[in-house]
Amino acid sequence: MFAIECASAYRGNSDVMTRPTDSASSDSAGRNEWPKPLKAETHELSFFYGHRQVLKRVSVPIAESNITALIGPSGCGKSTFLRCFNRMHDLYPGTRYEGAIVLHPDSRNVLGREVDPIEVRMRLAMVFQKPNPFPKSVYENVAYGLRVRGVRDRRVIDEKVEQALRSAALWEEVKDQLSALGTSLSGGQQQRLCIARALATDPELLLLDEPTSALDPIATGNIEELLQDLKRRVTILIVTHNMQQAARISDWTAFMYVGELVEFGPTKRLFTTPAKKQTEDYITGRFG
Amino acid sequence: MIRRRKIAEALFKLLSLSALALAIGTLVLLFGALMVDGLGRLDWQFLTSFPSRRASQAGILPAMVGSTLVMLVTACVGIPIGVAAGIYLEEYARRTWLTELIEVTVTNLAGVPSIIFGLLALGLFVYTLGLGPSILTAGLTLALLILPVVIVTTREAIRAIPVHIREAAFALGATKWQTVSDHVLPYSAAGILTGVILALSRAIGETAPIVTIGALTFIAFLPPAPVTSQPPYVSFEWLMSPFTVVPIQMFAWVSRPGEDFAANAAAAGLLLVGMTLVMNGLAIYVRYRMRKRVSW
Ligand SMILES: Nc1ncnc2c1ncn2[C@@H]1O[C@H](COP(=O)(O)OP(=O)(O)OP(=O)(O)O)[C@@H](O)[C@H]1O
Ligand SMILES: [Mg+2]
Repeated sequence: MFAIECASAYRGNSDVMTRPTDSASSDSAGRNEWPKPLKAETHELSFFYGHRQVLKRVSVPIAESNITALIGPSGCGKSTFLRCFNRMHDLYPGTRYEGAIVLHPDSRNVLGREVDPIEVRMRLAMVFQKPNPFPKSVYENVAYGLRVRGVRDRRVIDEKVEQALRSAALWEEVKDQLSALGTSLSGGQQQRLCIARALATDPELLLLDEPTSALDPIATGNIEELLQDLKRRVTILIVTHNMQQAARISDWTAFMYVGELVEFGPTKRLFTTPAKKQTEDYITGRFG
Repeated sequence: MIRRRKIAEALFKLLSLSALALAIGTLVLLFGALMVDGLGRLDWQFLTSFPSRRASQAGILPAMVGSTLVMLVTACVGIPIGVAAGIYLEEYARRTWLTELIEVTVTNLAGVPSIIFGLLALGLFVYTLGLGPSILTAGLTLALLILPVVIVTTREAIRAIPVHIREAAFALGATKWQTVSDHVLPYSAAGILTGVILALSRAIGETAPIVTIGALTFIAFLPPAPVTSQPPYVSFEWLMSPFTVVPIQMFAWVSRPGEDFAANAAAAGLLLVGMTLVMNGLAIYVRYRMRKRVSW
């Protein structure tokens, strides 16, 4: 069905046009155990910084209301992959996508030429590696996504802000200091503030890029717990280079290595009986 | 061996210290002389009187008013254009050979001697556009003069905003303009304002371009008031009025013979230094206050 949908994303690159029907790399995606229903999927996604190809035909399904973890050694392209979803790379010149990222249920190809990146970013939300609250009040931080969308009604915003802060397990801590600067919170609180900011607009898919790598174990634990709660309402795609974290919180895991998808599967299965030697070496700590 | 190196170090320290002392000493001496000569003359009468042939009755009122109005025009024209240009170059312009060229030109313009700007203004504003040697002409000329500085400081202030703040806004679905107006501008306002104030404080002492466009050196009246008693109550006639500014008034007094006029000149100089210091102080204050609020 989406093969037709995806065709529009192929930008006339012969290399991609002659894609093998079932190459070794797409086999490793383990199609027989692909989840259902899907919130999104990438289809032979390749990405280039200038002439440098960083992603090589990555096909990964993102299961609805699940947590999908993306693991792999540093520099393998995890962040790059994640940032394709909300077209972050469009902000910088000289970047190029190939392939498709399809958002369900409307099967919209995010990378389609007719698709405005802003439209995509309104549907998805992103949490970055380093907490990056705006130097504005806690309230304004969370409300900003709504303001961008033109919401003016004070009551609606109040309600959404509280809701989002509760979802991010931050409400109790900040309800008395909503006008304090977001940047004055602790690191863990800042990251939860960023999660609240992302949740306030009811995104369909939450993208997290190593959200706990700058935090201590307790703050990390808080956020992991939080994600477990959240997944009932929002699909989560999380990048982490902490394998224990991936094993703890995710339902599906994709293992990447130098820009290629090595293996995809249910987290339990992937961590207990990896199908690929490379995966096994990585999760047993033999490299990476 | 170590001793020799230590001696070299001590010598160098001494040398740099004396260079510093020389520089600061000269400044203090100059300022002190200005104080001694001018402070006695700096009274209410001096501030509220018109120039006169008699030094003791002469005052600096028209020059002060002239300087203020010219600065007003300069600020109203130079700041919006400069900031807008800075934002455009930093946020919107694609990197092409043309923007590179504009960039180099802007940077170089900041170093062009100010009298060149005066010459340009004489041709463009005074003759071609027929604005005459008016406050408007002077304001526009100084606006041109500060434009490069404003553009450069705006760009620097914008560039100081971390990428991840910008990306946070874009990731929430903000458009470029929303990102600029909600984040980039507010967060860089302190830096921009500081640069703008410093640019204005430089412009206030500019003499050469103002002389070039034909400012008067002796003026016994004030420009028409901007507020009138009849509708529409505001008047822009003052824009076209002849004028003088403090540094020119000062120069006029310096070039006159006699101790008394020298005292007037010193007093005017003190005033000028004072205004510059106040503006610089303001810049430091603004930077300090706003820096404390905006951090990442
Ligand atoms: N702006 C860029 N221009 C050129 N190359 C880049 C750029 N950003 C990243 N790369 C390269 O792309 C590759 C993948 O980078 P990416 O940041 O996606 O890795 P990662 O898997 O997220 O690593 P980490 O775990 O360290 O965050 C790296 O080799 C990196 O050098
Ligand atoms: Mg990364």
